Amino acid sequence: MSKLYFTEDHEWINVDGSDAIVGISDYAQQALGDIVFVEIPEEGRALAKGDEAAVVESVKAASEVYAPVSGTVVAGNSALEEEPALVNTASQSDGWFFRMQLSDPAELEGLMDEAAYATYIQGLDG
Amino acid sequence: MNRQGRPTTSGAEQGPTGVVETVSGHQGLALEEPLLYERGSPEMTGVDLPEVPAVTSRLGQMGREGDIGLAGLSEPDTLRHYTRLSRQNYAIDMGVYPLGSCTMKHNPRLNEKMARLPGFTDIHPLQPEETVQGALGLMDMLGHWLKTLTGMPGVALSPKAGAHGELCGLMAIRAALEAKGNARKVVLVPESAHGTNPATAALCGYQVQSIAATSEGRVDLAALKEALNEDVAAVMLTNPNTCGLFERDIINIAEAVHAAGAYFYCDGANFNAIVGKVRPGDLGVDCMHINLHKTFSTPHGGGGPGSGPVVFSEALVPYMPRPLVEWRDGGFTMEETDEDSQSFGRLTAFHGQMGMFVRAMSYMLSHGADGLMQVAEDAVLAANYVMASLSDVMTASYAGPCMHECLFDDRFLKDSNVTTLDFAKAMIDEGFHPMTMYFPLVVHGAMLIEPTETESKKNLDEFITSLRGLVAAATQGDNDRFSAAPYLAPRRRLDETAAARKPILRWSPPPASTTN
Amino acid sequence: MRYLPFTAQDRSDMLSVIGVDNVDALYCDVDPDVLLSQPVDLPKHATELSVERNLTSLARQNTVAGEVPFFIGAGAYRHHVPATVDYLIQRGEFLTAYTPYQPEISQGTLQALFEFQTQVAQITGMDVANASLYDGSTGCGEAVLMARRITRRKKAVLSGGLHPQYRDVVKTVTTFTDDDVVINPPAPTADEDLIAQIDDETSCVVVQYPDFFGHIQDFSALAAAAQEKKALLVVVVTEIVSLGAISSPGAMGADIVVGEGQSLGNGLNFGGPYLGLLATRQKYVRQMPGRLCGETIDAEGRRGFVLTLSTREQHIRREKATSNICTNSGLCSLAFSIHLSLLGEKGYRQLAALNHARAVQLAERLELIEGVEILNAAFFNEFTIRLPRPAAEVVNTLAAQNILAGVPVSRLLPQQHMDDLLVVAVTETVQDEDMMALEAGLKEVLS
Repeated sequence: MSKLYFTEDHEWINVDGSDAIVGISDYAQQALGDIVFVEIPEEGRALAKGDEAAVVESVKAASEVYAPVSGTVVAGNSALEEEPALVNTASQSDGWFFRMQLSDPAELEGLMDEAAYATYIQGLDG
Repeated sequence: MNRQGRPTTSGAEQGPTGVVETVSGHQGLALEEPLLYERGSPEMTGVDLPEVPAVTSRLGQMGREGDIGLAGLSEPDTLRHYTRLSRQNYAIDMGVYPLGSCTMKHNPRLNEKMARLPGFTDIHPLQPEETVQGALGLMDMLGHWLKTLTGMPGVALSPKAGAHGELCGLMAIRAALEAKGNARKVVLVPESAHGTNPATAALCGYQVQSIAATSEGRVDLAALKEALNEDVAAVMLTNPNTCGLFERDIINIAEAVHAAGAYFYCDGANFNAIVGKVRPGDLGVDCMHINLHKTFSTPHGGGGPGSGPVVFSEALVPYMPRPLVEWRDGGFTMEETDEDSQSFGRLTAFHGQMGMFVRAMSYMLSHGADGLMQVAEDAVLAANYVMASLSDVMTASYAGPCMHECLFDDRFLKDSNVTTLDFAKAMIDEGFHPMTMYFPLVVHGAMLIEPTETESKKNLDEFITSLRGLVAAATQGDNDRFSAAPYLAPRRRLDETAAARKPILRWSPPPASTTN
Repeated sequence: MRYLPFTAQDRSDMLSVIGVDNVDALYCDVDPDVLLSQPVDLPKHATELSVERNLTSLARQNTVAGEVPFFIGAGAYRHHVPATVDYLIQRGEFLTAYTPYQPEISQGTLQALFEFQTQVAQITGMDVANASLYDGSTGCGEAVLMARRITRRKKAVLSGGLHPQYRDVVKTVTTFTDDDVVINPPAPTADEDLIAQIDDETSCVVVQYPDFFGHIQDFSALAAAAQEKKALLVVVVTEIVSLGAISSPGAMGADIVVGEGQSLGNGLNFGGPYLGLLATRQKYVRQMPGRLCGETIDAEGRRGFVLTLSTREQHIRREKATSNICTNSGLCSLAFSIHLSLLGEKGYRQLAALNHARAVQLAERLELIEGVEILNAAFFNEFTIRLPRPAAEVVNTLAAQNILAGVPVSRLLPQQHMDDLLVVAVTETVQDEDMMALEAGLKEVLS
C-alpha cells in the first residue's frame, strides 16, 4: 500500500516499499503556469536528499525540482518529453517526473503528509 | 477633353468603421510579408557575378554535392521583402522608446556616415600596423576619452558587449587574486542586479551570494559588510542601480570591499546618468564596463552588435586582456601577450568592435566634455519630470530624486484586473514602445521608464498624457482595452507557450508530394 | 547641442514641476566631493562638419584594402557587399530597434532572424542554428562550454589547424573553470592524428574547415571516432563562403558547427563587429547559448515569431544560464541574411566557385616562382606558401609598395619556427592586375 508525502519545495513522493514516484504538487504547477519543458534525470543517477533532480520550465521561469529523499533513479517519465502540459493537467498522476529506489526510507519521516501539506500551503497564501 | 469628374468624397454616407476583409490579406499600408522561402526560389538571384574561370579544381574530394535549399530573391524583391518586414518593427526613429535599463536614445546618422568611411570599414585587422595608424589612433583616442570620463588609468577595448565586458573585468579580478595566491570563492551581487552579473560570476568559477536591498531601494551597507569576508572575491554593483537610484553609500561600500581584500566591479550599464558629472574612479571602483550602445549612442540594431570596453583601476591594470594599443617609437602598435605578462589573455579574435568605436567617437566629439555633462543632466531631468508627472496616479517604488530612469510598480493597478503586462501592451496601441516590465525583480510588477535626454518636452508630455489616460481607463474598469491588447499592432498577442513547447526554429520545405 | 532638444525654458519649467531649483539638486545622493562642477579635461562640443573633418583625417591614414592588391584573410575576408544590403540595414526600423522582446511590434526583426536561422542551418547542414553570437572566436569558446554541458566531460581537444586566436579565446574562457583543454601544436601540413587523442574523458574535438592554413580535410572518420567514444565533433568555419563549394560539416557528422559570418554582408571593419554562427543537432537545442527565434501564432491564429526557449538565458536562469550572453549580432546577421537572400542558392554557389577559381589561378602563378612552395593539397580560397625568406619581412617590403600580400604565420604564431610561412587569401574582389602585382613583387623580393 503506497503512501503520499510532500516537501516544503512542493515535490510529492508516492512511496510503495522502497519504490517511489516523484512529481510536483498541484499548487506548484499552478504557481509556475503553463509548463513548456521538463528535464528529467537519467536512469541510474544517484541522488542525495535535496539534490537537484529535475528542472521544470514555463515560458518565463525555470525551477529546480529537488530529490525529496535519497535514492537511485529507476526511470524518467518519457511522456513529458512530448507532452509537458501533463504537469499542468495531471500533476499528481500522469504528470509524474521520475521513479526512484529509496536508499534510506527513514528520511521520509521529515516530510509532510497530504493534510499537513494542505495546511502548509494555506499558510503560504495567507 | 475628359469632362468626367472624379468623386473626391466617399459615395457611401458613412465608410466602414471596422477592418475590411481584403482579398490579398494586406490591410492598406499594413502589408503582410511571406517568408523568404515562400517568396523566393532556388533559381532566382539578385546578384550579377562574373563568369567563373575554367580551372582545375583543387578542392580535393570535398566538392559539395546536392542542393542546399537556399531561396534567392531578385534585387527588387529583396528591397520589397525587407522593407515590408522593417515596417512591422517599432523603432526609436518612430517614437518614444522608454525601455528602462536599455537607453534607447537617438542614434545620430553622422555616426553611421563616419563608420562607413572606407578608411574604417575597408581595413583588415591583420594588415601591417604601419598601414592602419589612423585606426589605432582612433582606438587610442577612444581609450583616452573613456579613461578621462571615468577617472580610471587603464582601458581594454576588445570586449564585444556589456556581458563580455563583465567577463573581462571579473577575469582580471580573478587573475589579480590568483597572483596574490588566493582566488577566493564568492561574488556578492545585489538582488536587483542584471542577470548577466551572476551568469558571469559563475563563468569565472565563483559562487554567487545575493545581498539584500534596503527599503529605499539601495544596497544594505550593513548586510554587505556582514557578508564580506576573506572568501569574497568581488562585489558586482550597478551604479546608478537598476531601480534608477544612485547608491548613496557607494564610497563606503568601496572602502569596505577593499578593506576585505576584495575588488569592486561596477556594472556601467547606467553610466549615461552620470557621464561627465561623476567619475567612477573617484568612487573607488576597480573596473567597470561601458556599453557604447547605451551611453554613447551606437545603434541597438534589433539586438546588437554591442560593444563593452572596460576601464580599470591601477591595481588591475597588469591583468588587463590583450591586445592593447600602445604608442611606441613614434607610432601606434598592438601589444600582444608575451610570456612575462600577467594579462589573463585574449577575449576575442582581433581587437574589438571597431565599427562601434568610430560611432561612439563621433558621438563623443560631437558633444564634447561640456555636452556630455549636459547629456547626463538632461537624462536625469527627463526621468524626474516623468516621475513627478505620473507619481500622483502611478505608484513610484521609491522616493526620488531618481537618476536617468524611474521605477513604478503595480500597486496602482491593485483594484483593477489589469496586470503590468496588460498595461504595457495597451501602450503599444497608444503608439509607444512599452517600458521595461518585471525588471528589476525587487518590486512587484515593475515598470521601469527611461525617457533619455533626446526626447523633447513635447514628446514627453504626449507620453505622460497617454499614460495618465491609460491609468484612468484601468482604474475605471475598462478591462477589455487591456486584457487583449494590443489590438492595433501587426500582430495580436503571440502564443509563447506553444512556441516553447514545440519549438519550430527554422523553415522546413513542405513534405514532398507523393504523386511524382 | 544638436542631439539635445530641451530649451532653457523647458529645463526651467521641468525643474519647477519636479520642485527643485537646479539640476544638481537631482544629484543630491552623490557625495558633493565627487560631483564635478566643471566639465572634464576634454575638448568642447563640435559641429558636424568639424567632427567629419577630424575623423576623416584619421581614416585617411589607413591603407584601404579596396585600393591596393589585397590578399589578407586568416579569419576575415574581403568580399563585395551589394549596395542593397547596406541600404536596408540602415533603415531606422532595423537600425534603431531594440532586441525583439515585444514581439507584436518586432515582427520584422523576428521574421528576419527566423529566416537567418534557416539559412545558417541549411549551409552548415545542421538541424538548427541560433540567432547569432558576437563572432566566430567567442562562438568557438561557447561551443566548447556547450559540449561540456552535453557530455558532462571536461576534456576538449583543439586541432593545430584551429585559428590561433580562436584557440586563445578557448583558453581564456576556460582559464577559471576546471576544463582540461588539450592544445595541439600548429599543423601547417595538416599531419596531426586527432583520433588517437579521443578517450572516455573527451567532451569534444575542435577542428577548423577549411583550416587556418587553408587545408580542406574530410573529418568523417574523426566524427565517427568521436561518436564511438560519445564525444562531440565541433567544426569551425571562418570563411562561410566556402560552404557553397565544399561539403557541409553536417554531412561529415559534425555535432556543433561554429562559424564566422562576416564574409557575407559585412565589411572587414578592422575586426568587428562581426557575427558568430552556431548550429547544432535538434537534440542539443536546449544546451545552446544565445537567442533563438521560433514560430508560433497570435491570438487571431496568424503566423508570427517570438524569442523562445529563453529559460536557457541569463535574464531568467542567472548563474545557471547556458551563457552570460545577452546580445546577438542583430544587425550583422541581418546583413548576412540579406546578402544570402540576394545570392540565393545559385549565387552562393557561383560566388564560392569564383573564389576557388581565383585562388587556383593565383596558386598556379605563385608555385612557378623559384623557392615558393604551396603546402596545401586541397584548399578553397586561401592557402599557405613557404618562402625562402622570413614572411614578415617579405610582407613589410611589399606593404611599402602598397601590396598587402597576406598574413605571415609568425604574426599569429610567434616563436613556433614558422617564420617562412605566409597565408594568402583570394576572393572575387581580386583582379588579374592584383595577381600580377603580387607575383611580380614576390619575384623581386625573393630574387
